Amino acid sequence: MTILFLITAVVILASAVMVVSSRNLVHAALWLVSALFGVAVLYALLDAGFMAVVQVVIYIGAIAILFIFAVMLTRREMRDTGPGLNKNWWVSAVMSILTFGGLAYLLSSWSGFSQTSADIPVGFDAVTALGEALISPDAFVLPFEVASVMLVAALVGAVYIAFNPRIGDTRK
Amino acid sequence: MNFWKDPIQVTADWLMSLFTGWGMAEGLANILINLLGIVILITIMLVIDILLVWIERKVVARFQDRLGPNRVGPFGLIQPFADIIKLFIKENITPVGVDKVVYNLAPILSVFSVLILWAIIPLAPQILGVDLNVGLLYLVAAGAIGTLSIIMAGWSSNNKFALLGAFRQVAAMISYEIPMVVALLIPTVLAGTMGMLGISQAQQGMWYVFLSPLGALIFLISAVAELGRAPFDLSEGESEVVAGFHIEYSGMKFGWFYAGELLHAFTFGGFWGILFFGGYHFFGLENWGPLVAAAIVLFKALIGYWVIMWIKYTLMRIRIDHMLAFNWKFLVPLSLVVLMVTALLNTILRDASTWILGLSMFLSNALIAWITIEILRSRSRKERENAEGLAQPTMEAAQH
Repeated sequence: MTILFLITAVVILASAVMVVSSRNLVHAALWLVSALFGVAVLYALLDAGFMAVVQVVIYIGAIAILFIFAVMLTRREMRDTGPGLNKNWWVSAVMSILTFGGLAYLLSSWSGFSQTSADIPVGFDAVTALGEALISPDAFVLPFEVASVMLVAALVGAVYIAFNPRIGDTRK
Repeated sequence: MNFWKDPIQVTADWLMSLFTGWGMAEGLANILINLLGIVILITIMLVIDILLVWIERKVVARFQDRLGPNRVGPFGLIQPFADIIKLFIKENITPVGVDKVVYNLAPILSVFSVLILWAIIPLAPQILGVDLNVGLLYLVAAGAIGTLSIIMAGWSSNNKFALLGAFRQVAAMISYEIPMVVALLIPTVLAGTMGMLGISQAQQGMWYVFLSPLGALIFLISAVAELGRAPFDLSEGESEVVAGFHIEYSGMKFGWFYAGELLHAFTFGGFWGILFFGGYHFFGLENWGPLVAAAIVLFKALIGYWVIMWIKYTLMRIRIDHMLAFNWKFLVPLSLVVLMVTALLNTILRDASTWILGLSMFLSNALIAWITIEILRSRSRKERENAEGLAQPTMEAAQH
């Protein structure tokens, strides 16, 4: 398990570095797919099969494909020619080191960091538990419904932006 | 334990005693046995794939009133092997300007996205790779990887036709994923699980095609669109984009796409059989042993594959705007209505007997189908009247 985790972590980190350093935008998107797939593998290693599959469906099947579509349809030249860094690079370097250091410090002082996970009881179905939590009133039904309403609003907004009343009925 | 009762477990136990007898650690032996199982399953699927080439060519020939391959071996059975040798010895062309890594990765991912589906197909209660409790979502996730392989092939080929074909195909696959997911939810609601084995077992009394014929039909249509076969094979088109995303592939690289497509069709036939036609249940025949059950599943997969071929070689390619309108304005609302009615009836009739549940489900599906057809008829009548009303004055003007 530990070996698998280390391999996956190395793949994710290397892919993440390639996402930001790759000159070709489509290559960057494909490296992003590789990093997201690695995260799905991490979920699978944590016995969260549902999260792993949903990660692949949503992040690779929808978001990454849309990224690639957007990149292909908006840029004629898919190669970045300018320098990879601008003069503010040291600010972001300091910020990322601080963030990493802060997170590492927080996690090292967290009591759960060194604990091993409890065994999953036999017959426990994580998907059923998740589904019941999403619709039970004393758990997450309100956030779940709010998220659905937000998605519907986004859909209506997209239709409104895309709909051109002057063209209107395209059949004529 | 008898070999005929549980062949996989018996073989695995025998191999385990053999390997540990050689002095191998138990953990390592376990990994080795699992790897061996994966390799054997993939090999069997790819050998079936070779025969699928022959089946496809023979069936299309019959649909087109021809004989098909009949020269090499009895009934032309050795023809696919000759084809494969031809594909292997062809020159492996990599066109100038392609993105080499992505170009070579795309056919591998294409076949990979199909082969991983066989991990969750329960050939028999005892013969299955893994019983995931999110099996149906896994099916959708594998489809996502297939979509990715197509867009990778289209983009890396550095060819306008390939890219256009990939765009069309991916647009179709993404939009038809929605009715497919909704149709997949119908067996989930009926069986109360997303696991393929649970869905198979739940159909012991009644196949889901009787409970939800519309669900089976929607799943079949969206599966054909997901496969990119006719009438949804927009990525091909001899007069517009030639062969679509695999236009620049030759030799065995094209062979992988072709093999992947055939095996994908066969696999979706299998899923159709498992989700709606009872899986390994066939009038008690499955009790004869797991090998008979596996044969039943493969037989149902072949029937499903034949139906997909029947559709492919009978219907013509439809235009992309028609295809997207058919999906968004017809299939998605219909599938949502069917799902809601199914879920509602399933909850109301939870304590009723199987026959009452089956009958009411079937009748509700028939009612939905009738209402849908009536709505479509009135709409088409209105459109026809509109079109005739518009056409009338111009005809008069032409006469004067």
